[in-house]
Amino acid sequence: MVAGPDGDGERDQDLDLVTLIVARADPPPSATPEQSALLRLCTTPLSVAELSAYLNLPFSVMTVLLTDMLAAGLVTARAPIVRQSVADRSLLEAVMHGLQRL
Amino acid sequence: MDFKGSDTIPGPRTEDQLPHTAAAAVKIVIVGGFGVGKTTMVGSVSEIRPLTTEETMTQAGIGVDDNFGSETKTATTVAMDFGRISITEELVLYLFGTPGQERFWFLWNGLFDGALGAVVLVDTRRLEVSFDVIGRLEERGVPFVVAVNTFPDAPRYPIDELRTALDLPDEIPIVECDARRRASSRDVLMTLLRFLHALAMTKAPA
Ligand SMILES: Nc1nc2c(ncn2[C@@H]2O[C@H](COP(=O)(O)OP(=O)(O)OP(=O)(O)O)[C@@H](O)[C@H]2O)c(=O)[nH]1
Ligand SMILES: [Mg+2]
Repeated sequence: MVAGPDGDGERDQDLDLVTLIVARADPPPSATPEQSALLRLCTTPLSVAELSAYLNLPFSVMTVLLTDMLAAGLVTARAPIVRQSVADRSLLEAVMHGLQRL
Repeated sequence: MDFKGSDTIPGPRTEDQLPHTAAAAVKIVIVGGFGVGKTTMVGSVSEIRPLTTEETMTQAGIGVDDNFGSETKTATTVAMDFGRISITEELVLYLFGTPGQERFWFLWNGLFDGALGAVVLVDTRRLEVSFDVIGRLEERGVPFVVAVNTFPDAPRYPIDELRTALDLPDEIPIVECDARRRASSRDVLMTLLRFLHALAMTKAPA
């Protein structure tokens, strides 16, 4: 399902604006204030963009913060579904059905 | 930013929280010139109050003269509005509004990578911006449709004339819309999805 951008093979987990972040645990005592704030926000899944908005941090700063937290096992990331050269029709149909209900 | 009082950082309202089952997101970008109605369109279809994320311009992208002082430098931060629509318990759609002017194209890398497609929002009083945006999307291979936001004081052109003016191939849909109305904005998104679906059919016939 995942088609990573070319030339970015070094990092196994690229964070997108719409990668969903979920806290794995309550903030440990060692957590920084930023980390604690972030963990409290994503007890339910929340996109990197939403975290950036609520924490008032630019996207580039968010990715640095989250990369550390992912490495420390504090959060998990659910990768977005990206456009394929041959699009996934069932995905598009699901989105259409969702929009029709609006 | 002071995180000491992080208990008070506003998060999503309870009713705005995604279910734990939310497994993946997709994104669509709404792009157009200043004041064309991007934020209005995001807001009219979003299930959450539109939020704003910021990005800072990379060094290469700035033409800031130090003599202008710190006020000028803050202009290197660009805000993007976005909204959200839950599609199913597992799938979430995010909509981003982004300015179309060339000096904001540095934002496009992370934004358009992986996006399902784009809506080019057009104000007939300022077609030039759309022209550049369309060229750029074509270069990047991002599929898009064109939506003409109908402002009362803007000139109305037949779709054919707009197609010629924008130099758009016949297969790319052009629709009129009123970004303030949810149903109208939703129809624009449906037009994009149908277009993407048709593209998928031609690329991989069943
Ligand atoms: N008549 C009419 N007015 C609209 C429509 N869409 C937006 N507006 C108005 O146009 C103004 C600009 O709309 P915005 O949604 O802020 O435009 P924008 O593209 O986000 O603008 P910037 O972010 O400043 O570039 C607002 O006052 C809207 O109420 C429309 O479809 N019809
Ligand atoms: Mg706006």
